[in-house]
Amino acid sequence: MLKLEKRPQPSKFWTYAAPLLAVVITIVLGMGLFAFLGNDPILSIKTIFWDPVFGEFAYMDRPEVIKKAAPLILIAIGLSFGFRAGIWNIGAEGQYIIGAICGAGVALAFYPTEARWLIFPLMIIAGLLGGLLWALIPAILRVYFKTNEILVSLMLVYVAEVLIKAFSIGLLRNPDGFGMPGSRNLRQYASAANNEVIAGTGMHWGAITAVFAVIVAYILFTRHQFGFNVRLAGQSPRAAGFAGVNANRLVMRCLLLSGALAGVAGMFEVSGPAGQIMGSFPSFYGFTAIIVAFLGRLHPIGILLAGLLMALTYIGGETAELTLNLPSAAILTFQGMLLFSLLAVDVLTNYRFKFAGAEVR
Amino acid sequence: MDINPILILAALMVASTPILLAAIGELVVERAGVLNLGVEGMMIVGAVCGFIAGHNSGSMFMGFTGAALAGAAVSLIFAVLTQYLLTNQVATGLGLTMFGLGLSSLIGQSAVGTTDLSLPKLPIPLLSDIPFIGPILFQHDAIVYLSIGIVAGVWYFLSRTRAGLILRAVGENHGAAHALGYHVRLVRVGAIVFGGACAGLAGAYISLVRVPQWIDGITAGAGWIALAIVVFASWKPWRLIAGAYLFGGVTVLQLNLQADGTLALLDLIIIVVAALTIGYAIYRAIKTARFDVRDNIVPLSIIGIAALYALLRLLGMETIPVEYLSMLPYLATIAVLVGLRSGGAAASLGKTFHPSS
Repeated sequence: MLKLEKRPQPSKFWTYAAPLLAVVITIVLGMGLFAFLGNDPILSIKTIFWDPVFGEFAYMDRPEVIKKAAPLILIAIGLSFGFRAGIWNIGAEGQYIIGAICGAGVALAFYPTEARWLIFPLMIIAGLLGGLLWALIPAILRVYFKTNEILVSLMLVYVAEVLIKAFSIGLLRNPDGFGMPGSRNLRQYASAANNEVIAGTGMHWGAITAVFAVIVAYILFTRHQFGFNVRLAGQSPRAAGFAGVNANRLVMRCLLLSGALAGVAGMFEVSGPAGQIMGSFPSFYGFTAIIVAFLGRLHPIGILLAGLLMALTYIGGETAELTLNLPSAAILTFQGMLLFSLLAVDVLTNYRFKFAGAEVR
Repeated sequence: MDINPILILAALMVASTPILLAAIGELVVERAGVLNLGVEGMMIVGAVCGFIAGHNSGSMFMGFTGAALAGAAVSLIFAVLTQYLLTNQVATGLGLTMFGLGLSSLIGQSAVGTTDLSLPKLPIPLLSDIPFIGPILFQHDAIVYLSIGIVAGVWYFLSRTRAGLILRAVGENHGAAHALGYHVRLVRVGAIVFGGACAGLAGAYISLVRVPQWIDGITAGAGWIALAIVVFASWKPWRLIAGAYLFGGVTVLQLNLQADGTLALLDLIIIVVAALTIGYAIYRAIKTARFDVRDNIVPLSIIGIAALYALLRLLGMETIPVEYLSMLPYLATIAVLVGLRSGGAAASLGKTFHPSS
């Protein structure tokens, strides 16, 4: 019989090989799914994974991949701290929405004044504070009332979705929009637009911030006390307590950090790719970022690569939707399968399979 | 518009049924020491499969059976991953929710349109003739009774049978249960599959009876509210009914307020709630002979909200925008989670079990 045996130490090899194996397994499972849906499996996979980077129209797709990856990486970096410490902020989507509302709100308050040196930084701060405040609610409730942060942060996602719908037809509606829902388009407002810093590459300010966040997170995890405390608390809460790690402070910091990064991501999205506050602005990034964080094994560099891969499935999925008529829900299913196989192959890192006969013990 | 309290209370029971069904399944899962955050995903797969099965076969029974089987099948993914491949339960549950949302919308692409099936009301003889109480409690469809029956069954199973005792032992201390020779994983897989079937039924009740139609994302967070209610009920079956009906009440109230347009009903409810809260706070202060702000933060905030509402009303507020009303169930969930810091979770909840450790 096949048995699992705990490894004395996590396997170095499988730490790196497991995510790759998970991707391979998902591709195989995905091919089955696409074949079942009546599409050519090889062509579907090629359209999703190969064409956006190396295909005929890749010059158009590559910047889009970067733009999609930026918010995913930003949010996932924030989440990775909490997830490592066993603090589950599931409501990044809500913090992302509130960050977008706050950032756009600041920009629209200044409209039509042109002062980019003032307005754009203020928007970043507003987005950051918005996400932070939205994350402060579950943080305070967890620390002072021992309330489950998973459920509270998640409920706040639904509240944020209601809020953005209300704002897009109420407070922030474009007065020149002939009564249509949605705010002014921030991309047409030079002081607030989140443009590409290097034209044609997709590297907008959000993408640059994301790279910056990856570097800072890497330093925090490997060289800083905070990152050490986070890892310690995750691996052994008791040991962390004896080492003098203040559990409540850690909860606060992890939740606020992830909230702030999600808020900033939302602000960069609303002033860039999305352009305006709309009822359809929430795009599930906050949830996809959870997959990204796990796919990247909660490691900053891993998250960078995972974010790019996940963005690739989005862009490739959109192409497949147009050219192959693949339903958009198929991509969500595919992403769910990716998370499943990733979690499943993780067992190989800490355990090994062993054939055990009928042994008498 | 006149509001008939009997109709509201009867509607409340119907609105609460999906949450109650999903919650009782999750309660068993959590008593066995497993935290399955995929309730929403299992529910929505149940909703779409139940709708298609019911629509194609033309029978409600087939619809609900299909939904329960679909929910159980999806939960089996979670069971294999967490119990045999030892994955993190929180992450796997989230994955299950995402997977379920995607899969349901994939399956449901062809399932548009409404169903003309309807679940007949089954008034209970004699009892349903009692004035006032009869129409509220005893004139419902079979699934409403079934949900209460399942709650009763789960209560009996957990507190009065040997198998229930084993399940609780597995949840409280899986190491000790393993040492006693119980099959920890098998018990847990069984509990997870039961939870999946219940969630599937809950989803089908939404898509076949409440709405009745298939729409993408139809469950709209009901699965998460069910998870919150399990905490609210401190993992006790009977309290689940109170919790579920409280939330059903908030949902029905919100819908009625939207339809009504005036705030007369809300006025009444806020006055009653505020009076009860003040009474409770005074009673506690007298009983314990002291008043600590931190212990009374929930009553104080309720009174604060009521005072704010009264002020707005005095200043001439006549309506609340519909959008804000639809936040109510979610905000109520948070309030309840804060208000009831109840213990009682299984000691091994959420912990991964491996025989070697």
